[in-house]
Amino acid sequence: MFEWGFFGLLMSNGILIGLMYSLIAMGFVLVYKATDAINFAQGEFVMIAGFVVAAALGIYGAPLWLAVTVGLGSMIGFGFGLERVMLRRLIGRPIIAVVMATIGLAAVLRGLGPLLWGAETRPLQLPISDEPIVWGPFFIPPIQLLGALVSLLFVGAFGWFFLKSRKGIAMRAVADSQQVAMAMGINVERYFALAWAMTGVVSALGGIIWGSLLGVDVHLALVGFKVFPVVILGGLDSIPGAIVGGLIVGVVENVAAGYIDPYVGGGTKDFIPYVLMIVALMVRPYGIFGKSIIERV
Amino acid sequence: MFHRECGVLKTSYEADMALYPLPVARWAVGAIAVFFFLVLPLVVHEYYLSIVNLASIAVVGALGLNILVGYTGQISIGHGAFMSVGAYTAANFAVRLGAPFWIALPAGGLMAALVGGIVGIPSLRIKGLYLAIATLAGQLIIEWTINHVTFISGGIQASIEVPRPDLFGYTIATQRQMYFFLLVFVVLAIVGTMNLVRSRIGRAFIAIRDQDIAAEIIGINIFRYKLLAFAISSFYAGVTGVLYTYYLGIANYEQFQITVSIDYLAMIIIGGLGSVLGSIFGAVFVTLLPIVLRLTIDAFGGVFFSPSAVLNIISSLRLILFGALIIFFLVVEPEGLNRLWRNVRSYFRVWPFAY
Repeated sequence: MFEWGFFGLLMSNGILIGLMYSLIAMGFVLVYKATDAINFAQGEFVMIAGFVVAAALGIYGAPLWLAVTVGLGSMIGFGFGLERVMLRRLIGRPIIAVVMATIGLAAVLRGLGPLLWGAETRPLQLPISDEPIVWGPFFIPPIQLLGALVSLLFVGAFGWFFLKSRKGIAMRAVADSQQVAMAMGINVERYFALAWAMTGVVSALGGIIWGSLLGVDVHLALVGFKVFPVVILGGLDSIPGAIVGGLIVGVVENVAAGYIDPYVGGGTKDFIPYVLMIVALMVRPYGIFGKSIIERV
Repeated sequence: MFHRECGVLKTSYEADMALYPLPVARWAVGAIAVFFFLVLPLVVHEYYLSIVNLASIAVVGALGLNILVGYTGQISIGHGAFMSVGAYTAANFAVRLGAPFWIALPAGGLMAALVGGIVGIPSLRIKGLYLAIATLAGQLIIEWTINHVTFISGGIQASIEVPRPDLFGYTIATQRQMYFFLLVFVVLAIVGTMNLVRSRIGRAFIAIRDQDIAAEIIGINIFRYKLLAFAISSFYAGVTGVLYTYYLGIANYEQFQITVSIDYLAMIIIGGLGSVLGSIFGAVFVTLLPIVLRLTIDAFGGVFFSPSAVLNIISSLRLILFGALIIFFLVVEPEGLNRLWRNVRSYFRVWPFAY
């Protein structure tokens, strides 16, 4: 007997969680799109943003608006600084250099967070209730709803930015061809920095939302591992792809976990997205919306 | 001078192709062999020998990863998982079938090579970033499988105790015996890698790394050689996993998580990609880093911090230092410690002249 109510519950949870994945994945996509750099430290960005906001709220007793402003501001500054100090020097180097540099950065951030603000899990309390909204068969935790809404808001904002604004069009030109963009008088390095700063903004909001869902400690960075299935499915350089990929991963992992977990004793959520990703890599490596790259000698 | 090629006139092809163009190289190899086979194990205390043993195990794994990343140019973030495949295969062989180590060890290596080859299959179609992510998925899937399939992991806590390795009735129990046991494999791994990279296979690997499409055009079967690179590299990883299991006396998946894959990548980056000596430097360096850090903080940390804070600080500082070193070497000295060593050597080669 197939229970539609249970299935619907899994679906709705999957959609909300998937949109929250998309929020983090967007940070990854932004950087890849504009600078061709791969950010293996995306999860750690989210974690450190969570740490900053949770510490501002918990240790220093700042009001929420101030804590969020500090979080956003410090992540923007961090994005700019990182581009200046580290990534600019790695332009034109083999792909493994950038991959390893961001893995190194991830290690630094994972050590820095607990060193500065303590290893224990901190709550990050937002002024919204914990009571789920019950609507028919659906249970919707407000924080997940907020996360999904922020995610959709950002897709809209980035859509406008890339299609209509002057800076967005310049950034697309940089992504298309750095040399030609340079010849057209675009300051390429400034747009690289801008892309990293935008990733900082997305990560800061991701950190606040995921932090209030899971609590802030080093394990918050594990969310970053879910970014890869999302971006591979959606396409590495596509913002709508991040949303679609996030939805697919969220729904599939929730539904699979709902039906398989009772038989294998849990952990399906950490496993199914990667199987999905391997299949995607075999069939369509550049993703649903990504542009395929033609290689020449 | 005895250490310079100057004035060494080669009169035959044999002399030209000799492995040691100068007598000093042969003496150096001899001296190193005497040091590692006689002086070090007899002089050093058991505790320090256990650290040397850890470094020896890391050397084998780093050499394997360097074959794949440094020589063939394929990236893998899944080597920790390949080690766990080797470790659990050997543990199951040893416990269920009562196999001695000289069967369990190659079995572990071969099983890891098989799994590594399978994970490497996507490398035909995808490369660079995509391959990194695919091997990352391999790591997470293998980790999950070992943790959840009780046939492999032996149920409780996914750990299997293995008996001590035993050679002709002579059981390897102390760290000193373990040292000689490991030294054999280290020497085999070093000589094997050096010979591999100057063989036909090794040159094919290097051709694929430098320009894979051009390599295909000159008749190198890319698919075969890429899979071969994955298999050989995973074989090394599997053997590393088995050795580590024998060293600890227990096979446990927690010893082979993704951080281990990253540790080994850090070793070859800090040591130097595409160099045997670099793998050794990197393995020793990364193994010693947390130990030296802990000793330093134990000695001086009590002055500044409370004892409970020290523990937290050590693990955090290790991560920070480790990540910062990776970034430092990538940005400042991409060829790693091996390059620094070469700089020193070439300075003394012409000393006291500038060139």
